[in-house]
Amino acid sequence: MDAALDIASTDTWSVAGRTFTSRLIVGTGKYKDYAINAAAAEAAGAEIVTVALRRVNLSDPSQPMLADYVKPERFTYLPNTAGCFTGEEAVRTLRLAREAGGWSLVKLEVLSNTPHLYPDMPETLRALDLLVKDGFDVMVYCTDDVVLAKRLEEAGAAAIMPAAAPIGSGLGIQNRVNIRLIVEQAKVPVLVDAGVGTPSDATVAMELGCDAVLMNTAIAEAKDPIRMARAMKHAVIAGREGYLAGRMPKRTYASASSPLAGLI
Amino acid sequence: MSLNVCVNGEDISFSGAPHLAALVAHLGLDPRKVAVERNLEIVPRSLYADTPIADGDRIEIVHFIGGG
Repeated sequence: MDAALDIASTDTWSVAGRTFTSRLIVGTGKYKDYAINAAAAEAAGAEIVTVALRRVNLSDPSQPMLADYVKPERFTYLPNTAGCFTGEEAVRTLRLAREAGGWSLVKLEVLSNTPHLYPDMPETLRALDLLVKDGFDVMVYCTDDVVLAKRLEEAGAAAIMPAAAPIGSGLGIQNRVNIRLIVEQAKVPVLVDAGVGTPSDATVAMELGCDAVLMNTAIAEAKDPIRMARAMKHAVIAGREGYLAGRMPKRTYASASSPLAGLI
Repeated sequence: MSLNVCVNGEDISFSGAPHLAALVAHLGLDPRKVAVERNLEIVPRSLYADTPIADGDRIEIVHFIGGG
């Protein structure tokens, strides 16, 4: 059997009782149009896509709708709270999302109103508490602070999703130690969310033991988004396989690969 | 008789039947693809026809769009 198919059939991950094979979650923002968006999501092999909730356009109700291209029958929609700066705004948004689509699995992101958009963690914790009490399964976008990640888990987060770097920056994983420490302590899935720029960034996240990677801009802003989506799919599989295979130990000095015995 | 309501921050005048289902249809929206809030309360889709609207109501109608 093809190795990629083999791993796909046996290696799954679960969040809030739902089991997935693909370890690559893709966003649906910043694409030129919804058709390219849908093709990229297919090429990525994604099973989950993040979506945002916004006012309908009253002046042109016939404009293209996301759901007509990136179909909710094909992808699990993960509604986000982008643009919410308080717990109350996040709860209001996700309650509407639950009504619009019936999903209780959601992505909480309460951002600081800053150029770096790093999560406002005290407000994130407060919003998480409100959402858990309301019956949501909450995947939480967070900073890579190891202690706060534990707090989120204790507060009932369904998944911990630390940023690799600022949203849309493409800078890659800035603190591998923290991501690894978060992975080691967590009993719920850990996903790197935001900051991935290249396939190798995604591979590093998976080599660190993350359960999955969530990205948007790295694919949407590539010159060829569909090809990049495919590259990311392979990168995530490579990183996961490498993690499961177990890396060789690092050493300071060389260790010859060819034996010295029998040398002429 | 027409009703003056605020939908998504826009003041509109509406002269159909005074319930939410008529308003959503009047706006040309597919009720299966939206969620509606009336005066900050979510209205379940099954209750649109039973939800009266009155002058001055603040209605929010949202749907899913692309996001990360």
